[in-house]
Amino acid sequence: MKKLTLTLAALALSASGAAAQDVVRMGTEGAYPPFNFINDQNELEGFEIDLGNEMCERAGLTCEWVINDWDTIIPNLVAGNYDTIIAGMSITEARQEVISFTQNYKEPDPSRYAALIGTDPDVIDSGVIATQSNTVQAGYVAETDADLIEFATPDETIAAVRAGEADAVLADGDFLRPIVEESTDLEFIGEPMHIGGGVGMGLRQTDDELRETFDAVITEMKEDGSLNELLIRWFGEDTPTF
Amino acid sequence: MFQFCTDPSILPDWQWFACYLTSGTHLAFYRSFLVVILLLIVVAPLALGMGMLGALALRSQFLPVNALGRGYVNLVRGVPDIVFFLFVPIALGQGIEWVLHHINCPDWDQPIRQGNDFIVCREAKVPPVGASAWARNVYAFSMAVVAFALVFGAFVANTLYGAMRAVPQAQVETAEAYGMTQAQAFRRIVLPQMWVFALPGLSNIWQILIKSTPLLFLLGIQDAVYWARELGGAKTSLYTYPHPDWRVWYFLVLLCFYLFLTWGSERGFGWLTLRMTRGQATAEGERLRRRRAAA
Repeated sequence: MKKLTLTLAALALSASGAAAQDVVRMGTEGAYPPFNFINDQNELEGFEIDLGNEMCERAGLTCEWVINDWDTIIPNLVAGNYDTIIAGMSITEARQEVISFTQNYKEPDPSRYAALIGTDPDVIDSGVIATQSNTVQAGYVAETDADLIEFATPDETIAAVRAGEADAVLADGDFLRPIVEESTDLEFIGEPMHIGGGVGMGLRQTDDELRETFDAVITEMKEDGSLNELLIRWFGEDTPTF
Repeated sequence: MFQFCTDPSILPDWQWFACYLTSGTHLAFYRSFLVVILLLIVVAPLALGMGMLGALALRSQFLPVNALGRGYVNLVRGVPDIVFFLFVPIALGQGIEWVLHHINCPDWDQPIRQGNDFIVCREAKVPPVGASAWARNVYAFSMAVVAFALVFGAFVANTLYGAMRAVPQAQVETAEAYGMTQAQAFRRIVLPQMWVFALPGLSNIWQILIKSTPLLFLLGIQDAVYWARELGGAKTSLYTYPHPDWRVWYFLVLLCFYLFLTWGSERGFGWLTLRMTRGQATAEGERLRRRRAAA
């Protein structure tokens, strides 16, 4: 009996030891270059992957990446399938009712319209605009007079414009810029607009401790300039820095 | 994969494609076809088992069992599949965690539901905290298997129930007149003969099952459809192999794969039907007998 108690105590000890270094599961979309994407080696890559790994290292956490669809990324967080969302998610009031955010690790990035070259800029007000569903841009277009057409992945929004299904796409400028610059058929139309706040990391509202940990690391990275380095590496010299 | 793949941007076309088609993501794409086939292989017997149980429940004279069978079959057939595929894994997952939570952490004082969050103690997490990615994939796959078996089991149940009733009543009565019990008559007369009546329905369900496998994608499993969409999308120079929108080619591959699968199973069912018809007191069975007699 004594032996059993001892073994149990040892087990309990080792269990609490493991609890101290729990794995933090980081949820991301893996389809939003250059924020986060799956490269040709079938590995996650991008600004947020570098940032997330750096943050975990500084906070002394073991982190593990999980890929989840954008549409169900918040439900799966609150259901406990992973512990953070780090997927280019803008901090908005509507989202803050369901989850909590760290401070932003990226300044609000102007959203842009992109369309086939030669498209009349009037389509912004009267045409068909493609956006990814459940994004700040989708919310914005819904308020305008233009017709909104939503897609599950960012890539499909571009394909819709090329196929003539939509007149223009509204998305984060950082996402559209490399696509427009490398294409021969797309251009920006209209003016850059600020929709939504900065981009932050989403957590369950009950996970205060973890949020504070990441908040502190982000502050540290803002102060020592390492965050700016990452921003410039992934988004170019022109991106707003801290 | 190949030696020359270090800098794909300078390669001639055929080498570029050789490298491209053997990239890490493409290997995952090829593996995802095996996942689809594995799902079919695992789900088919389970759905058949569920269907058998359901059909027996429908036949049962004992009211609660009968009601259970009826409830299961009608509920599942009445609700859109997609709702079940979204509902089962979440409800089942949280259900298991809830039970484990009450078993493992009796002195936990916080509520499980806090606003939007579903919080159980560490010991109740499924898959357990710190489980490997592999274990998590197996868990997600099993959830998918359960969802598929539940949904398709209901359709199979109804088909089998109908097939059991299609076996001529006179034969069952004769069996009973020979002194067999109801169970014996069922085992010896109904069960062996029902399959020929069930096969057309079962083959339908099987084809629908094949075509439903892309629903795996909804459950967060990276199946062939997920990869076709992911790989086919236009890629900027951020990627090693930039290319324009090639989704149409990837979907064409999927189309061929699914057509091949359904064509193959159609042939399989044709062969099975022939086997099952032999010696049966049906029009087709009689035709077979005459042909053999004439030869």
